[in-house]
Parts: sequence; C-alpha cells; structure tokens
Amino acid sequence: MPLNQTFRGRVYPATAPYEVGLEKIREFADALGDKNPVSRDVEAAKAHGHPEVVAPPTFAIVLTMRAEGQVVFDPTLGLDIGRVLHRDQKFRYSRSIRAHDVLTVTVSVDGIDEVGGNDVLTLSSEVRTVEGEHVCTATSTLVSRAAGREPHDD
Amino acid sequence: MTERVVRPRYDDVDVGTRLPVLTHSVGRFDLVRYAGASGDFNVIHWNDRVATAAGLPSVIAHGMLTLGVAVRLVCDWCGDPAAVVECEGRFAKPVVVPDDDTGVELVVEGVVARKLARPQVRVDLSVRCGGEKVLSRSRAVVVLG
Repeated sequence: MPLNQTFRGRVYPATAPYEVGLEKIREFADALGDKNPVSRDVEAAKAHGHPEVVAPPTFAIVLTMRAEGQVVFDPTLGLDIGRVLHRDQKFRYSRSIRAHDVLTVTVSVDGIDEVGGNDVLTLSSEVRTVEGEHVCTATSTLVSRAAGREPHDD
Repeated sequence: MTERVVRPRYDDVDVGTRLPVLTHSVGRFDLVRYAGASGDFNVIHWNDRVATAAGLPSVIAHGMLTLGVAVRLVCDWCGDPAAVVECEGRFAKPVVVPDDDTGVELVVEGVVARKLARPQVRVDLSVRCGGEKVLSRSRAVVVLG
C-alpha cells in the first residue's frame, strides 16, 4: 500500500523533555556489553574531561525511536507496521549525551519513496537540550516490505 | 574498573590500521535485555510466532543492538565514547537468534579508512554473523589525540 505522500516534509513539534538517567545509561551500556567506565562512573568521566557520565554513541536511539513513533504509528500514514524493518541508521553528534541532560526531539519526514515495491520512509530527529543546544541528529530509514519479498532485498 | 585506555594519536594511525577484532555473543536473553534498555519492544525481537508471521525465519536481533556493538569496537579502541562524532550502518541481513543456550556470535572488524582533517579519522566497520555480513555501509568518525 503506498504511503500517504502528504507526510513528506512534515516537521513535528518538539517532544516533551526527557531527562537522561545515570542508571539508564548504565543499563544501556550493559545491554551492549560495554564496560567502559566513562559510561558508568562520574569520576572516570571527569578524568576524560566530561562533567557527567557519557552515554554510548547509539544511546540517542532511546529518545529518537520513541519520538519517531509519532509518524510511524499514525494510521493516516498507511505504514504496515507488521512488515516494517529498520534498514539504515545514522547519528551525527555536536556533543555526546550525558547523564542528567534534559532533551527534546524534533522529528522531520525527509523522504517517502517506493523502491522495488517496498515503501521506504526516511526520518530525521534533531536532539537538543531544553536550552536549545544541538546535541545530535539521527537519521532513520524504515522499509515496509511488500508481501512475498525477502526481508532485505535491495 | 578496567584500566584507562589511552586514546590513539592521529599521527600514530595510518589508513589501513586495523582495530582489534571484537566478538560478542547474542542470545534470546540479550534481546530481552536490549529491548528493556532501549525501549524497543517490537515483538519480532522476542516472539517466534509474530516473527514468523511477519515472514522472518525466527526471532531477529534489533538492528540497533548490532550497530551498538559495532560502535563499541571504536569506543573500546579510543577509550572514550565522546570521541565518536558520527556513526552509521545499514542492517543488510537479519541476525536470526535461535531459542537455545548458545545464541549466535557477532564478529566486528574495523579499519581506518581515511584520515580526515586533524584530529579526526574515519573507521569503516563490518559485522559478520555465521560468516554472513549483517551490517554494511557502516562507519564512524572518531576524534583522536
């Protein structure tokens, strides 16, 4: 089913503030098998010149995937959620995410395309502190597979 | 606490410098743990019935778990996650995780592909699982010493 083309170019309002928890960072690091003390211990972080514990680089997904739900789960977009796979992900950081940051995410719909019968949705999520400092821009590409196709044909 | 890693110096690194290989095993338990830590509770990552109904062979790992482990290789190398200013990847093949006690093994490799404006370098990453490339077009830009 083709996606609703009118979503292209939409920019959503900034999400409610998300406070980055120290234990959340530790939990995320654990899930990646990441034992780096900079992501666990504030003294180790300070030894590297950081004011607080630093999250692993892919931690931004915790905020951005949730924020992208505003688009992905909107029934008027017409995305078949049961057939969606994450195809590409990119992060570009102005600075790393740290414990106690209070962040918001602004999602934009960069692309709505059809490739080989599959719907392709490209979203970008700008992560900023509540004071407005740019932290990270994440770009996600999601593919909804047409029935009968292999998951990752491209 | 692990010993502090000294960040590699830009002048000591050349195009072709290989990072130490990282292996990381992934079982069903790890998928549940990643789901909780990341907030990605997509059912195809923990439920066979739903995964197969979606046309997948079985439960598959979160792509972001694979990318997270790949980027860990770079963080382990330079000692500081804040040194990574860009990272990306394409989830080229699903990582199918069997319901057994061993799971599967991800093998992550990285090589310095380009020296950018001092002190940044681009590291190209690859992740294989059972000999198949599961992450492609993957790279990180890292600030060295």
